[in-house]
Amino acid sequence: MSRLYVARNTRVAARNLDGEMMIMSGKDSTLFTLNKTATIIWQAADGATPLDEIVERQICPEYEVEPAAALQDAENLARELATHGILDVSENPIVPSNPPVTVTAGDSR
Amino acid sequence: MPELISSVDCLHLSIEIGGMPIRVNTTDAAFLGMLQDRYAGFVSASEHPAVEFDVDLARPGSGDPGADVRVTQHAGRWALERGDFRAEWEPASRTGRIRQSANPYSIDAVLRIVHTLVLAQEGRGFLLHAASAIRNGKAFLFAGVSGAGKTTISRLAPADATLLTDEISYVREDVRKDVRKQDNRYMAFGTPFTGELAKLGENVSAPIARLYLLAQGPENRIEPVAPGQAARELLANLLFFAEDQELVQRAFHSACEFVSRVPVSRLTFVPDARVWEMIG
Repeated sequence: MSRLYVARNTRVAARNLDGEMMIMSGKDSTLFTLNKTATIIWQAADGATPLDEIVERQICPEYEVEPAAALQDAENLARELATHGILDVSENPIVPSNPPVTVTAGDSR
Repeated sequence: MPELISSVDCLHLSIEIGGMPIRVNTTDAAFLGMLQDRYAGFVSASEHPAVEFDVDLARPGSGDPGADVRVTQHAGRWALERGDFRAEWEPASRTGRIRQSANPYSIDAVLRIVHTLVLAQEGRGFLLHAASAIRNGKAFLFAGVSGAGKTTISRLAPADATLLTDEISYVREDVRKDVRKQDNRYMAFGTPFTGELAKLGENVSAPIARLYLLAQGPENRIEPVAPGQAARELLANLLFFAEDQELVQRAFHSACEFVSRVPVSRLTFVPDARVWEMIG
């Protein structure tokens, strides 16, 4: 079974507001709010870490779920985020060209 | 032999909103008079406009003002289009051209769009579908879609409140060095952009104390709004037209920065003057 790599799409703007991750598509201005699992995947999506490692290290301990089931859910979620242009998904490591800046509320830019 | 060439007087007017003067050049004295009436209180004597537009007047009735706005950028030039006008603007040279009929509504739309582009480019402000007023030296914004109560809250404002606008608020961060970094530095400016009240705002400004998200209900109450929800509602009320990825991102960050610094509350109110007892 091939591994899946995920990377934050560079064409979106992201902002963590009081623990709530908000993403805006630069292409069509659509606004998304990520749930907790999606936020974990988004924040860990560096293009180099396989999704199964993200699930094993960050999602399974958080939710006490079986790795196989959690990975399946995470893959479905990652592909859904990819359809909205939020994540890039590939079976090979993804080299980020210009990573999006994620800012936490209160940070100066 | 009659003269083949005669001089044409170039008339001009500077309209200053949010501290940014935009000069309009025309050869039509009647159109200039129309603008002087329309923007009374916002006419500036500034000789250093941030943008200068030449206006070419087309025949009246041409084009549909109800058509969608398109704002696109190519090779450093912005193209602004609606059924009733076409405009170009080159930020590098600070010049542009507007083609429209002799009416105040088309140029009003151009001014709004140009201000949204400048503010988005700066990443330090925005235009918002909101009424705003100054009371006790502080500005309060009342945001909401059409029908939420912007005109009503403006109409109910007491005599000691200064109305900045009943329709489109102008928000800009104060970047003066003497304003401390950790302070809420957002200012609200008066605008000539009117709604149903059809009354120009006062051309003054004040620091923003709070943004209220309007709702009408059976009683007056103020409730806190979490930053995420505040950002969603602020973004939903933002004036933004540009089909430009970078500017969209800047506008998004600007709105998020605002809600992280300025208190945001939901104001539910019954339409009578007592609501203002809770404000200021």
